[in-house]
Amino acid sequence: MDFDLTEEQRLLRESVDRLLADTYTFEKRKAYLAEPEGWSRALWSQYAELGLLGLPFAEEQGGFGGGGIETMLVMQGLGRVLALEPYLTSVVLSGTALRLAGNAALQSELLPQIAQGKLTIAFAHGERQARYDLSDVLTTAKRKGGGWVIDGAKSVVTHGDSAGKLIVSARTGGERDDPKGIALFIVDANANGVARRAYRLRDGMGAAEITLAGVEVGRDALLSEAGAAYPVIKRVAEAGIAATAAEAVGAMETMQKMTLEYLKTRQQFGRPIGENQALQHRATEMFVALEQGRSLAMLAAMMVDEPDAAERQRNFAMVKAGVGQAARFVSQNAVQLHGGIGMTEEYAVGHYFRRCMVIEHSFGDTGYHLSRLAEQVA
Amino acid sequence: MDLRFSAEELAFREEVRGFIRDNLPDDIREKLQLGHKTDKSDIVRWQRILNKKGWAAYSWPKQWGGPGWTPIQRMMFLEEIQTFPAPEVNPFNVTMLGPVLIQFGSDEQKNRFLPRAANLDDWWCQGFSEPGAGSDLAALKTAARREGDHYIVNGQKIWTSTAHMADWCFCLVRTNPQAPKKQEGISFLLIDMKTPGITVRPIISIDGEHHLNEVFFDDVKVPVEMRIYEENKGWDVAKFLLGNERTGIARIGKSKERINFSKQKAKEMRAHGKPLIEDSEFRRRIAALETELKSLEITQLRVLSAQKANERRQDPLTAVLKLKGTELLQATTELAMDVAGPLAMPDWADELDALSNEPELGPVWATEATRSYLFLRAASIYGGTNEIMKNIVSKGVLGL
Repeated sequence: MDFDLTEEQRLLRESVDRLLADTYTFEKRKAYLAEPEGWSRALWSQYAELGLLGLPFAEEQGGFGGGGIETMLVMQGLGRVLALEPYLTSVVLSGTALRLAGNAALQSELLPQIAQGKLTIAFAHGERQARYDLSDVLTTAKRKGGGWVIDGAKSVVTHGDSAGKLIVSARTGGERDDPKGIALFIVDANANGVARRAYRLRDGMGAAEITLAGVEVGRDALLSEAGAAYPVIKRVAEAGIAATAAEAVGAMETMQKMTLEYLKTRQQFGRPIGENQALQHRATEMFVALEQGRSLAMLAAMMVDEPDAAERQRNFAMVKAGVGQAARFVSQNAVQLHGGIGMTEEYAVGHYFRRCMVIEHSFGDTGYHLSRLAEQVA
Repeated sequence: MDLRFSAEELAFREEVRGFIRDNLPDDIREKLQLGHKTDKSDIVRWQRILNKKGWAAYSWPKQWGGPGWTPIQRMMFLEEIQTFPAPEVNPFNVTMLGPVLIQFGSDEQKNRFLPRAANLDDWWCQGFSEPGAGSDLAALKTAARREGDHYIVNGQKIWTSTAHMADWCFCLVRTNPQAPKKQEGISFLLIDMKTPGITVRPIISIDGEHHLNEVFFDDVKVPVEMRIYEENKGWDVAKFLLGNERTGIARIGKSKERINFSKQKAKEMRAHGKPLIEDSEFRRRIAALETELKSLEITQLRVLSAQKANERRQDPLTAVLKLKGTELLQATTELAMDVAGPLAMPDWADELDALSNEPELGPVWATEATRSYLFLRAASIYGGTNEIMKNIVSKGVLGL
């Protein structure tokens, strides 16, 4: 048991921090947000040059064979500056789906393109009726000739507006909620029959509602055996939980830092407001929540490759619920302790607040995971 | 970064578990399983069994009769003891006085007191708090006046746990009332509780039990060689003592034991026509507690991992262990009490002690669950209140 980073991991963290420190001041971030896609293609190329976009992929697929810890370090860095690029969706979610689903031809075609920054892929799985249930898929895929025809709709597809390709889940068999009968397909985002309605999420990130009407794909578009994709989808969600846990920890670190700075400098009644014990204790409780959240993000990073599925499921439910509570506590109090300025669009803390709120509602919120854990109490 | 314990560590945990299973006397095991409290003789008997194995002074180096364990081994030992559950070793002897003697004591003091402390031949208590010195410990007034080769001690201590069963007391006393800073005039004395002039008066706590005492000192003669470290440097010793207790501070094993206990009993109790364990609200409460406990467990491992590199570094995460650990300990004892439902109300402590032909009372565990709940309201008070801990963090860690 140890919590030490290897020399390579330390170097990775340093290079991520160095890149982001220069490129992600809050003012520069505003400029990226104002770009048509809400993120910076130029910066994306720099991520690629640094090797970040291929980090979790095998070397023969243009990657560096990184694991959960490496992804944690990158996501934490991205969280600290509230980076807008589609790292989570393209590298973590879609990358995990491609890696685990096992279609070797698609892996060698697509993973190097992701790693080089030439292609972003959105993970188009959620549907409007599904809320957080991963097996609630109504989109269908029916055989036609040697290929498939996909019909259905996907909801709140993060970075689906700007992605070059989509990984789409669809039913090849079974009824709604049946874990069996779900398949994953790679679909060109501009294919005939794909319609995307783009919008921004509360945190400024791009997203889309996507309809698929008679979208024809070849047999080689199938990521893995038809109907057997549910375990992969679960792993993708776990990878998302681990990555956003780390991102939330990064965001909490910045909120905590900003809040402490504010408490030390803001003067009222002739002294810094941080001299008030009520605020000191609140700040301490934020520190406790942050560190408890950090512990869970570390747990998640070490759990992504755990072979025992039941053990993974239980731990990830705890991670998501625990980090969700911590992030909600830290972000609500960060705004509260800032007072009026914390409520404004022009001040950074509210942006961190909204990113944490979006993270909480991704991959199942606190209540969703707590009730799942509650079912399993034995 | 790796969560897995080494094969040696896992084997060690099995060894501890096996030793407790094979050596904890049946009557003590039964008491604890039923939720009865243990008494002094149970603890003495068990600690001597552990000491024979060389484990009682679990945090001490080999040289002074401890096992010389790593921080991880200590954590595993404590957790096994707490979850089994077996009685915990006397903390005043083992985690408080022992390390102080090892760090600051003379060879003579070490040789005289350490083996007896490990074997619980002497039962120690801690004379720190006073009526006017609680959170503000350095305001203590109990005076020790030097007369030849003795100190003459006068004053009063309060909240002295187990003073009524103690053979010795380690005490903070004021040896220089004129010191410019109140911390600078304090000394650390070892006082034999049989010395003339000591009066112990019980304080009954809200659990109805006698753990706490007032201790009065009236011209109590203490030989100068019973002073630890230098005169007027007792505050350094006290700070060491209070900062030393890190591994066990979160008491995760105890919280786990309370959750396991609650689950077990919730199978016997009913709610809405079915076993309480099937009640969704109850299950959710457990899920939430287990989630917090999980993250505290990882936090504790982070502290231990850092300790491996630097044994005596002050780690700000210790504050998280104390604050969250006590909150969870209190929340889990609250859970166990709530499982009892209306049976949480009766105070059967005296009735259960006596044999009787009257209609049966029970279950014992219910009245004991409430006792434990009431007793552990003190967990966020003793050793420095959680509010004082928050003051310390906000100044020392957050720079406010």
